[in-house]
Amino acid sequence: MNINVKHIAKLANLPLRDGEEEKFERQLSEVLSYVNRLDKLNTDNVPETSQSTGLENVTREDKTEKSLTQDEALSNALKTHNGMFIVPGILQD
Amino acid sequence: MIHTLSLSDARDGLNSKDFSSVDLAKACFEQIKSHDDKLNAILTLSEKEALHQAEEADKRIANGEESPLLGIPIALKDLFLTKGIRTTAGSNVLENYIAQYDGTAVQRLKEAGAVILGKTNLDAWAHGSSGENSDFGPTKNPYNLEHIPGGSSSGSSVSVTTDMAFAASGTDTGGSIRLPASFCNVVGLKPTYGRVSRYGVIAMSSSLDSIGHFTKTVRDNAMYLQVTAGRDPKDSTTPNKDVPDYQKKLGKGVKGLKIGVPKEYFIEGLDPNIRIQIEDALKFYEKQGAEIIDVSLPHTEYAIEVYYIVQTAEVSSNLARYDGIRYGYERSHFGDEAKRRIMLGTYVLSAGYYDAYYKKAMKVRTLLIKDFQEVFKTIDVLITPASPSMPWKLGERTDDPLKMYLSDIFTVHANLVGVPGLSVPAGFKGGLPIGMQILGPHFSEDLLYQVAQAYEMEHPWWKKKPDLGNST
Amino acid sequence: MNKYTPVIGLEVHVELKTASKMFCGCSANYFGKKPNAHTCPVCLGLPGALPVANKQAINWCIMIALALNCEINTFSKFDRKNYFYPDLPKGYQISQYDLPFGHDGWIDLSKPVILASDKGARPESKKDPGQARMAKKRIRIRRVHMEEDTGKLTHMSHPELVSGSSSNEMLNQVQHDNKKKVSLIDYNRSGVPLVEIVTEPDFDSATDVVEYLQKLRQIVRYLGVSNADMEKGDMRLEPNISLSKMSLRGDEVDETISQERSPRFARDDNNLPNYKVEVKNINSFRFVEKAINFELKRQEKLLDDGKTPPQETRGWNEKKQETVSQRIKEEANDYRYFPEPDLPPITHTNEQISTLSSAMPELPDKIFSRFLRKFSLNEYDVEILTRDQEAAEYFEQAVKLGEDKNISPKQIANHIINKKPDLSATSPSDVISQIAKASQTEDISEDELTQIITKVLKENEKAVQDYKNGKETVIMFLVGQVMRQIGKKIDAQKVRSLIITNIK
Repeated sequence: MNINVKHIAKLANLPLRDGEEEKFERQLSEVLSYVNRLDKLNTDNVPETSQSTGLENVTREDKTEKSLTQDEALSNALKTHNGMFIVPGILQD
Repeated sequence: MIHTLSLSDARDGLNSKDFSSVDLAKACFEQIKSHDDKLNAILTLSEKEALHQAEEADKRIANGEESPLLGIPIALKDLFLTKGIRTTAGSNVLENYIAQYDGTAVQRLKEAGAVILGKTNLDAWAHGSSGENSDFGPTKNPYNLEHIPGGSSSGSSVSVTTDMAFAASGTDTGGSIRLPASFCNVVGLKPTYGRVSRYGVIAMSSSLDSIGHFTKTVRDNAMYLQVTAGRDPKDSTTPNKDVPDYQKKLGKGVKGLKIGVPKEYFIEGLDPNIRIQIEDALKFYEKQGAEIIDVSLPHTEYAIEVYYIVQTAEVSSNLARYDGIRYGYERSHFGDEAKRRIMLGTYVLSAGYYDAYYKKAMKVRTLLIKDFQEVFKTIDVLITPASPSMPWKLGERTDDPLKMYLSDIFTVHANLVGVPGLSVPAGFKGGLPIGMQILGPHFSEDLLYQVAQAYEMEHPWWKKKPDLGNST
Repeated sequence: MNKYTPVIGLEVHVELKTASKMFCGCSANYFGKKPNAHTCPVCLGLPGALPVANKQAINWCIMIALALNCEINTFSKFDRKNYFYPDLPKGYQISQYDLPFGHDGWIDLSKPVILASDKGARPESKKDPGQARMAKKRIRIRRVHMEEDTGKLTHMSHPELVSGSSSNEMLNQVQHDNKKKVSLIDYNRSGVPLVEIVTEPDFDSATDVVEYLQKLRQIVRYLGVSNADMEKGDMRLEPNISLSKMSLRGDEVDETISQERSPRFARDDNNLPNYKVEVKNINSFRFVEKAINFELKRQEKLLDDGKTPPQETRGWNEKKQETVSQRIKEEANDYRYFPEPDLPPITHTNEQISTLSSAMPELPDKIFSRFLRKFSLNEYDVEILTRDQEAAEYFEQAVKLGEDKNISPKQIANHIINKKPDLSATSPSDVISQIAKASQTEDISEDELTQIITKVLKENEKAVQDYKNGKETVIMFLVGQVMRQIGKKIDAQKVRSLIITNIK
């Protein structure tokens, strides 16, 4: 079971250090082989379940509620400027 | 020694003015300071806030108020956001994150007058079954410091066993309350999915996370659930279901109840010592008038596969917000286990693999749900071991992620289906605790308490405290 | 540009003007507000936060879908669209994937298209023009779905703010090229409800696109669900543009396809060009046509040189007035959609959809045809009178009041269109009074009138002869002459009939 760790790490925005790729590839392949056992089960005509509550139509009224203050919103950021969060240069769209 | 009381006895003592909430809080802090450096159950203490809360509680008590958690010191697993107090998820990524709001469960606990002592240690991001994945050091099993306490709610479980707190909150996504409860000789409840609000609890796997807690006794557990249970408009997955009086069925015994024993849980790999304790318990129940019936949950063997696909997929998405921009450090600070799960989850959702893995898992999940639906047509509750093995030694499984994942085989099924599960102390072997798991239909927590307490009354294992040596 | 046919599909995002955001209670009115002051754990993507869906937004999305003649999915759900970008706080956007609220709709443009009278006829074959029928050009709507908006990035140069490097691959990649640039993020806009409307690639000109946008804007304004102001960002456009080497315009339609679903043109969906270019950042209505035409020309040049334009995303640069390739190469993004576990599905009964439909105000197209039929006005007039909802309502009120005073809808239309009274300052009844006054006529004795008419007819023998020979329009000239001689304002109809009588 070959997993392209480099590609997956990139998709997942996870920086990997040198040498980590091999280790993870080994470990993940092992787990994947195990979960592949599901192939044995016939699930034709079985519907999918993504939620166990059976709930539907849970919504809220269009009313405003109190927001965080600007200070609270920014309180854990490493870098801010003029009330905004900073990210190093992103190219303009 | 007031910190060694049960929660309910402490409540009685507060009512009778035998001692104050401040007294209780101080005793707990004393206990923490004496023993936690050996155990590493606590990550953050909020002493100033706690004493203030205790003082407020004492005022309310003086006014004649008698609510179930009023004045009771508790601890919170460090996944629960507490406003103004550091919340780390056990990870370096959030090492210095100060929460900007209280989650709903925390708000309800505060409003009920509980005193929050601090935040407990855990496997980082709730990824783990042993308590060894914390970025801030492993937590130890108080009954034998060389053994694991179970995870991921390791610190919460230990804090209750060692009387550092009267109760502690936890989360259970694949067994993270029931497993450590069974390894630490405490009562651990995984409520029905959606029974307790997830708002303000750091998400691991959104369709599986269940917000529960640890206590010393069954009654204590019911008192705590009374406060946290109920619909929350901030959590769309909490149904509008009534919250019953969770203590009402206590003392009713098990006469006439049908207890199912699923054969898939009594496999060869089950530790014989655990098997003996569970079988003893079943004999006890039979003597008390319950009918013990052999049943089958035929798809049990596939539960772990489904779990590790669904859970990691949701984890990979839920952990995407940690990019270091608005809070925390950026993604290179994730530990190995978090990275593994994020990558696995990304893979099973990725183009070309979604159908074979995630979609397939969702289908098998339907089959697992049907297993339980079938069984509960004729059975009231199921009884099983919580773990196939005794608490293992530190370091024994850390090199083998797959082996670690297989520790969850008796617990994950309930999370996939959403049903509640209660782990109750059921004995010891070699000085280490054994736990019994009771599973019921959705929203049957009061029935679980009824069944558990019938056993607990005649088998007060919870009174066998760990020997922590002399206080420093 | 006859050797190529443009093939254009549109993705339009409409921002709903709800009071609160899509999944939380923060105010959705973010424009011009103090940055990051309208956020909460949910729209800021804080740990532990959970979404709760805005019912009003969902209703409005369905109304837009109904207005675009869509089928409504009575079982619908939200899905997570996973990707990393700093303006996306959760690292995923809550959107809809396989069960959008609306799908398979259409909207007709005013451009006529000839329907072939027999299947398979080619345009160059000489067809009897009498056999051809006219229909309106139809744009198929693929889907209408609900999603949440992202935060807003602004970019600036500020070397002091960039310190150290990040081990975050994505950010490093661009920092390498932009050592002195930083981006600032305001999350006030994060979580505002957006409706995404996607068409099939049925457009073949920039003018069609402009008309479509105008119609869409008119519809959502009539519905009262959005201000749809491109300059303010509450309507955003992303065209997908390519050129087909088909030289045939293919204006025929296979009539065996059911009328309601026929695309009104014969382009085979299986014969689409093998590339498409997405153009972003068209932020103003006035540049839509320019940007699209620039891109078409750019592609034409490449095709002429025998090259296939690369499939990519380009940005419209307003200053340079050209599209520019976006250097952050978007690898075909794997969004890893899966059903949103935090939000239960949304279901509707057919009755509920009917109720929503009845609650909708009368839409521009319907009002247009109704005015045409009922008031005997021409299309040009009706277009002006129904440009927005307030104007249409005003006109109808005026017509009602005018009935008592014998003032025709046509008179009212003329007055409003030509005299352009300030409708916000003048009530419909005031306008009616204005018209009544202007058409007030003085009295004149029939004898006096007959005298003048006789005189005019004598002075204009040729005109009279023309009239007798069948040139009926001459009558207006004669009426005019009589009116001038009288010098007073009198009833022109009366004059006209008297002249006719006298001629005979």
